[in-house]
Amino acid sequence: MEFIDTLINILNSTIRVSVPLLLACLAGLYSERAGVFDIGLEGKMLAGAFAGAAAAAVFASAWIGLLVAMLVSVGMALIHGFASITHRGNQIVSGVAINFIAAGSTIILGQAWFQQGGRTPSLPPEGRFGAITLPGADALRDVPVIGQLYSGLLSGHSLLTYVAFLAVPFTWWVLFRTRFGLRLRAVGENPAAVDTAGISVTWLRYRAVICTGILTGLAGSYMALAQNAGFVKDMTAGRGYIALAALIFAKWKPVPAMFACLLFGFLDALSIRLQGTPLPIIGKVPVQLMQALPYILTVILLAGFIGKAIPPRAGGVPYVKER
Amino acid sequence: MSTPYAKLPAWADYGLIPLVNLLVAFAVAGLVVLLVGENPLRAAVILVEGAFGSGQGIAYTLFYATNFIFTGLAVAVAFHCGLFNIGGEGQAYIAGLGVGLVALAFDSVLPWWLTFPLAILASALVGALWALIPAYLQAKRGSHIVITTIMFNFIAASVMVYMLVNVLKPVGSMAPQTRQFLEGGQLPKLGWLLAEFGLKVRPSAPLNISFLLALVMAFLVWVLIWRTKLGYEIRTMGFSPKAARYAGISEVRIIIVTMLISGALAGMMALNPIMGDQHNVPLDFVSGAGFVGIAVALMGRSHPAGIVPAAILFGMLYQGGAELAFEMPNISRDMIVIIQGLVILFAGALENMFRPTIQGIFASFSPRSVGISATKGERA
Repeated sequence: MEFIDTLINILNSTIRVSVPLLLACLAGLYSERAGVFDIGLEGKMLAGAFAGAAAAAVFASAWIGLLVAMLVSVGMALIHGFASITHRGNQIVSGVAINFIAAGSTIILGQAWFQQGGRTPSLPPEGRFGAITLPGADALRDVPVIGQLYSGLLSGHSLLTYVAFLAVPFTWWVLFRTRFGLRLRAVGENPAAVDTAGISVTWLRYRAVICTGILTGLAGSYMALAQNAGFVKDMTAGRGYIALAALIFAKWKPVPAMFACLLFGFLDALSIRLQGTPLPIIGKVPVQLMQALPYILTVILLAGFIGKAIPPRAGGVPYVKER
Repeated sequence: MSTPYAKLPAWADYGLIPLVNLLVAFAVAGLVVLLVGENPLRAAVILVEGAFGSGQGIAYTLFYATNFIFTGLAVAVAFHCGLFNIGGEGQAYIAGLGVGLVALAFDSVLPWWLTFPLAILASALVGALWALIPAYLQAKRGSHIVITTIMFNFIAASVMVYMLVNVLKPVGSMAPQTRQFLEGGQLPKLGWLLAEFGLKVRPSAPLNISFLLALVMAFLVWVLIWRTKLGYEIRTMGFSPKAARYAGISEVRIIIVTMLISGALAGMMALNPIMGDQHNVPLDFVSGAGFVGIAVALMGRSHPAGIVPAAILFGMLYQGGAELAFEMPNISRDMIVIIQGLVILFAGALENMFRPTIQGIFASFSPRSVGISATKGERA
């Protein structure tokens, strides 16, 4: 019995830490599938988290927080788009810039507006997305295994968690079953062909970048409004980069992206759980190794030892219309 | 490089456009200062005075600039080959291990002028090794070097935390850092050099001899890139990998060698804070210098003659920013992070934003300078 409890506990925290990764990863998916590399996921998440927490604190409403978070993230995404689509700048450089601007301005503005050392005020319950109890979860709590899984693992998450997991099939549907998705993927592989067909490469890429902004806004909101009760300085702590790693790990596909994020989340949850406790056979595993594992796995994958990750062909290349 | 933009005279290309971009970046930063309710002009005055107003300030400014010269050169060398080494942070961090081990091993037996060359070698070697795997993967397997170097930054951070907490921390000590180095592991300060110019510098000022090393490296990078066969090959590869291949230049060799040099330069940055100032290996001693290198390289147009002033400018921001935080409570040192981001945005990603406008202005004054309509206009 104790084993099941521990397992549910670990899986539960896996879901909690995976959600921001998953949202950011899907965000990156839209942009990169359209041929715009985005290492600015981290910055957009951070800006979204800050804007969401600030707005939710001022208006005491989680929904206003969410809206503002998405607006700010989309704004940052549009800066990236403006630099890399309109002005054909280097997409990596632009992403790095976004990360720095977000990292600095969230602290400076947070300090200036709230005077709490870069934090936003702690949010009241109505400023957060609380846990949702699924129907029948309480009744089933005592049923062994299945009831425990249902009430302990599936139920009791915030709205944004469910949105994140629903976004996976939705993204798959958009990318692989709609005209927009077909064009979006085409523009990431061969923009000239899309252009020849009379479709605006610029506008398509902008729309992809806006999708990225919306999803990173959600990711930031999840961190500031659901997982925590407010914004703490540098709260994304490299998650944008792990999401990027997960995206590569998933070879730019939505469903594998979910599994990659869950895997990386599981490693994270496990490393917190195992802190200091020795494992059978292997002995004590350093926490740092567990923390570095997502990155190491991604490098190994990139090296082509576990399948091959082939990025969208036109990724990172600004499109110049031939005259 | 097939840029879709017409050519400008060199002085406009290398002087005017970066200057305009830089001014815009600082103007936007000024808006942020305005947004938090402070006077941007006063902030700028405090910043410059804090950085250059006293001997002590100058010493700190140059101390920070030393870090940025190394990392800026590292990024620039990779840029010349068309590679984006975003891993300077991790290469410098892990190189701290090399510096630390040399200093710990020899500080009691050798004088500093013997430990120093060994530490230079160790830092360069470890930094280069950390760049080797991403370089190899890029050259042989086509894995995107940006992603692998980002991953290696995180791996380096984990390795260093592990080493400092579990291995190098002296028994009984709480702080995750190595023991203090003895005399032989401490670099001489350069305060006296500033004192020669009549400036007052307290002996605590951290400016040390690695600043001179940074300047030497800047010169060597110039020699390498513009005066050697290898540099020519690197630049060819950067301009057009196809042309390089056609000329019989080995892509694999150039990518790996370039990244080794880049990693070595980033690694040498570790000397400055570790042996020059802290005299131990602390956690997080790089604190973003690897990323500042990107801004510095972009601002300096990947030329050592541009990188050194750009690094000093960022040194000024770091030192002046610390002073600013005292005077204006609403502005912390994180203001620099914003400025850094804006510089990267306007001097890097948006470098071509003002180009058409400037071209238009040039074309209206003297069409020939822009290389358009000269033939049409005169012969018609």
